[in-house]
Amino acid sequence: MPDLYGMINVPTILWIDEEGRIARPNDVAFGSNDFKEMTGIDSEAHLERLRAWVRGEGPAMTPEEVRAAQSLPTEAEQEARAEFTLAWWLSQRGHGDDAEPHYVRAGELAPHDFTIRRGTMLIRGLDPMGEDFMQIVNEWTEAGNTFYRPLEAASSS
Amino acid sequence: MSATLTLLHDGRADEIPVVNLSRPTIAEGALESMLGWELQPEGLCRGTMCVPVDQEALVREDGLDLRILADALQRPLVTDEGHAVAALGASHHDRGDVLASLEAPDFTLPDLEGNLHSLSDHRGKKVLLVAYASW
Repeated sequence: MPDLYGMINVPTILWIDEEGRIARPNDVAFGSNDFKEMTGIDSEAHLERLRAWVRGEGPAMTPEEVRAAQSLPTEAEQEARAEFTLAWWLSQRGHGDDAEPHYVRAGELAPHDFTIRRGTMLIRGLDPMGEDFMQIVNEWTEAGNTFYRPLEAASSS
Repeated sequence: MSATLTLLHDGRADEIPVVNLSRPTIAEGALESMLGWELQPEGLCRGTMCVPVDQEALVREDGLDLRILADALQRPLVTDEGHAVAALGASHHDRGDVLASLEAPDFTLPDLEGNLHSLSDHRGKKVLLVAYASW
């Protein structure tokens, strides 16, 4: 899924219309406000838009708006995904030590891809919910980056 | 002396015989059956599309040079020689072209009972696709 849709973090949502076309590209949205204090993202704005779209009461984005909002996969991201594929295969066969440099390389190639960096923590003996995760998030945000970047924030900056 | 290389690509793992693990090759027949490309005088071809390739460098005595093939197709190739495994990723151009077409890529995944579901099963309905993780 991350490879097919160019996902780099979760949660990621997309809207797909009746013809199987992307009506809203990769966006950050939560189904509830359980994590609002931590993420700063109010789930209601997306849910309102979603309800309106489903009921036919509100417009989806135009194809031009969807394309303008898309972040298409880069060469480095695809190489990172190949490194991840190789590392995962090695990990699943008990070669965790040999997988590690490939995980590290994947993170170097696409440091913003937390489906890889966070998604591989458990199999690497790291805590994806605790200090190990907070360390990479803090490093990322202290360097001036945003961990969750909803479309609205991206378009207003 | 020959060895076997496990090639991870397109969600599959294929075993291919190779002579040299540090410079793996793929048989010309496997190029079409595994990767869907053919070697033609114009280059590497799939359907009506052809990609230029340095055929002198590509075609070796023991097959087609996998690294040159990957470069020509703009697909990342990463290897672990010690475990005789390589991963051939998807081209960022191919992935980007599909997404920019706005045609949602189809996929099939199991539910908790193991029943398979495809995105295309839901054609005719609006779909909210949510990728989440419990870590």
